Amino acid sequence: MIAILTRDIRLAVRAGGGFGLGLAFFLIVVVLVPFAVGPEVRLLSTIAPGILWIGALLACLLSLDRIFALDREDGSLDLLATSPVPLEGVVAMKALAHWITTGLPLVVAAPVLGVLMSLPVEGFRWLVISLAVGTPALSTIGAFGAALTVGIKRGGLLLSLLVLPLYVPTLIFGAEVARAGATGLDVETPLVLLGAVTCVTVALLPFASAAVLRMNLR
Amino acid sequence: MTLKVLDLGVSRGGVPVLEGVNFAVDPGEAIVLTGPNGVGKTTLLRTLAGLQPAYGGKIVVPDPEAMTYAAHADGIKAVLSVAENLMFWAKIHGTDGIDGALEAFNLRDLADRPAGSLSAGQKRRLGLARLSVTGRPIWLLDEPTVSLDKASVTLFGDVMRAHLAQGGSAVIASHIDMGLEVRVIDLTPYRARAKVSRDYDEAFL
Repeated sequence: MIAILTRDIRLAVRAGGGFGLGLAFFLIVVVLVPFAVGPEVRLLSTIAPGILWIGALLACLLSLDRIFALDREDGSLDLLATSPVPLEGVVAMKALAHWITTGLPLVVAAPVLGVLMSLPVEGFRWLVISLAVGTPALSTIGAFGAALTVGIKRGGLLLSLLVLPLYVPTLIFGAEVARAGATGLDVETPLVLLGAVTCVTVALLPFASAAVLRMNLR
Repeated sequence: MTLKVLDLGVSRGGVPVLEGVNFAVDPGEAIVLTGPNGVGKTTLLRTLAGLQPAYGGKIVVPDPEAMTYAAHADGIKAVLSVAENLMFWAKIHGTDGIDGALEAFNLRDLADRPAGSLSAGQKRRLGLARLSVTGRPIWLLDEPTVSLDKASVTLFGDVMRAHLAQGGSAVIASHIDMGLEVRVIDLTPYRARAKVSRDYDEAFL
């Protein structure tokens, strides 16, 4: 299983792997917002948590279709399915690799972009925490969507349509944590709920994804 | 480890293509499946590999993990080197050492090349080398000699012979003679017949 993780990270980092693509996209989206809404600091700091979360969501979406589609094209997925590693483990490791190459850089870069969005200083910590707790759910749900659309040519758009509605709970609670943190309110309730969403998806979705993959491989 | 196929029916896209297939493969034995294009060779192999459910009959094998499947696509990552590609499959199957496989398929000189820069035949050799590192006794091969030159076919024949001598077995879909002692099964007679519906009412139409 560790072999799958290291292979996927290596593939992402090497040429054409798309590592950093999500991060660059996140950067550009967030930089564009102040241009669009104007430089008024109070307005920017109000919308900052929401914009940062939307940016993270879209950046995450960008590399989702690569999770299984590439392996399907070159035949690796068939071979992985017949290997001793359970397909559930393959899915979990691939989702983890996706999080390490996409979600983790977003978490690290978020404070820098918070400055651009005039996010209040108290909010930085909670923004990072909310992203760190929430992005694993984005990768796991995304892997499920990728498994659903794996057999479809150019399934990327369909994947976005399927996955974005499933991101809603994570977005609501994640942005709420960041917003409450920035305004000095109590963050405990949304943070607990955000963690719960992540725990449930990480625990259940690999099984659903593996079942879907088995059907798609037929 | 004997693989037995009892009255097996396979379907592709919900349409039955083969039915009533019976054969057994004993250790040290290789079977070649022949038949015209579209008869269901690949579908049969994928069913044996467990990638799709059988539509009828049974596949009896002591350990489903004993089989390994090699398809048309080799499962090679272009940006990884030849050695890295093989090493990955060795780790997945919990075996150690890719040296034997590199040697057997004459890939040692190519070990550090990115797999994307290999020719079609070299890629195929890498794909077949994966079989050796899985350490599994029953090989299911779909057209293994496609794009191989004569020397490589001989090389593969040698590997097959060594594999069979060690008590391994193989089911091969192929039209090319690899210079092996094999039993040939023609799949044409097992073609699924079109079903005639019992309660078909001609007058109704």
